[in-house]
Amino acid sequence: MKVAFFPGCVSKGACPELYVSANLIAEPLGLELHELTQAPCTGAGVLSEQNPELADALNGLTLAMAEAEGADLMTICSTCQGVLSNHNYKFAHDEARLERANATIADQGFRYGGTTKVKHLLWMLFEDIGEDRIRAAIKRKLTGLKIAPFYGCYILRPVESLGLKERPERKGYLERLITMLGAEAVEYKGATKCCGFPMITFNRDKALAMGGNHIIEAKEKGADLLVTPCPLCHLNLDGQQPDAARVLKKDIGVPIFHLPQLLGLAFGFEPDQLRLNHHVVSTKGALEKVELKV
Amino acid sequence: MQFTIEVGRYNSEGIYADTAVPGRSFPPPWDKSPERRYQTYTVELPEHAVVLDALIAIREYQDPSLAVRCACRSAICGSCAMWINGHANLACKSKLAAFTNDGKTRVESPPSMPLIRDLVCDMTPFWEKHLAVKPWLENKEPIPPANEEYRVPNAAMDELIQEVSCISCSACLMDCESFAVNPDFLGPQALAQAYRYVGDPRDDKTKERLAELSKPGGIWDCTHCYECVTQCPKGVAPLDQILKLRKLAVDAGFTNNAGTRHADAFASSVKHSGRLNELTLLPLSTGIFNIIGQLKTLPSAFNMARAGKLPPLIHKAIPGVERIRKIFQRVGGRFK
Repeated sequence: MKVAFFPGCVSKGACPELYVSANLIAEPLGLELHELTQAPCTGAGVLSEQNPELADALNGLTLAMAEAEGADLMTICSTCQGVLSNHNYKFAHDEARLERANATIADQGFRYGGTTKVKHLLWMLFEDIGEDRIRAAIKRKLTGLKIAPFYGCYILRPVESLGLKERPERKGYLERLITMLGAEAVEYKGATKCCGFPMITFNRDKALAMGGNHIIEAKEKGADLLVTPCPLCHLNLDGQQPDAARVLKKDIGVPIFHLPQLLGLAFGFEPDQLRLNHHVVSTKGALEKVELKV
Repeated sequence: MQFTIEVGRYNSEGIYADTAVPGRSFPPPWDKSPERRYQTYTVELPEHAVVLDALIAIREYQDPSLAVRCACRSAICGSCAMWINGHANLACKSKLAAFTNDGKTRVESPPSMPLIRDLVCDMTPFWEKHLAVKPWLENKEPIPPANEEYRVPNAAMDELIQEVSCISCSACLMDCESFAVNPDFLGPQALAQAYRYVGDPRDDKTKERLAELSKPGGIWDCTHCYECVTQCPKGVAPLDQILKLRKLAVDAGFTNNAGTRHADAFASSVKHSGRLNELTLLPLSTGIFNIIGQLKTLPSAFNMARAGKLPPLIHKAIPGVERIRKIFQRVGGRFK
């Protein structure tokens, strides 16, 4: 299945392991990735806040590029998903707004007709690829692992633009996937909460406490690792975890996996191929539970 | 129809852990809230009954010791906001059938607020925050004579209908993730009210209000998680109002804060390369001359570099970046 692939800035910046593993799992899932190499950053909500017209034009351009590819746009980042969904929703409900964005990108030879569907890989797994195909790709059951899902705000809220009113089941895909892969999904409050990343530059210690509290809660419920579909959550939960532990004066030491890394392990790829050796928090303990090494 | 309700209780059955005391300091982080114990009741009610119907039935016919706060039963007074299945909702507006999971509905006082008893939390933090934003008009000259209305165009008030709809139930604050770790944060309700006055053409203190709101604890301490938008029973969408305030504050020149520096650094990076440069974003947002702030980020930067997670030192632009630059120029405004 052909998809217009929007990897997002972070997968090509501070989380290269996400980009690598997403490319690896595409083949077993039957995904043909057509990367939108010329598409700009979504602005992560920061640009929409200060200059909505600019964010409309930039995201309108990306949506138009996917439309020209004739395929659904696939993200691997909850934040990219949230921002693109939000602009797409506003365009669908406000024709004048879409026309203003189109007037801006027309100079560059683009026009958005409003037909692109924006879907995170997590949604595509259940809505387009299908459980049968996923099951067929599994070569290594992750039995014995207790995995805590961590969604990230922008794949859950606001519900209208993300289509969660029509498809409330999207709120449970991570748990379903974890179980399908043979592992046990840990139930805890933090799964749907904020990692603190949007606040990290404004109020560092509070942002670290926010993310750290959720990991500690998952750990107390027995989690060996957290899995997230959002690289910004990953930056806060993995990259900043030692600092969060210092702020909260607690040991944490829980590895955070990107969604494609977890899939990759189940599909038989080796931890090094998935760059599980390039995390701030060691993945060693969790991998040993499924008899793997980094 | 039979419904099963689990109620978080403070008193008779030894509910809540021994560490809980009425009026304890607020707010405890989510994970530290005392392990709650729940008392289970079964009630017989019509299919269309709401959670509050069940609580009143329990109090009237089964257990007069249950403390619950309510008044209008019509989603107008805002008294009965509480945690229903782990999120803040109005008990009078939440259909039992829709909130029954695995055959039961769980109600409790939100752990982010100080507890008085059972389902009654202490609203003091809420009202303190509400009052802190001076939720009243400071009339702009010329003020009409005492016996005349201060009239404004209808369109100007249309803009504020969302904010005026607030019923002060505190559902947004109860689920606010920033408030859960930062008791000093003004919170979604107070900030949405602040916008209601900042946006009112009759108010004379716009600039002073924006200055105050730009300080720590104000608009920049929101973590943008959309919980308030999801929980508000009246469609106030507090986060949307906070974002409007951020733009107004920056436009009014209150730019000496990490929030504005972050937005500027972000925009500059996207304008020049089409994508985000994470290597420069954090130092620029922190402020080049903020030595202590810079030092605080060093351990994390070091850890990430050691793991091979530092962004590429040479930041490459996306192909066709000229197109992006032209869009920035054409749109104009801030970031041009």
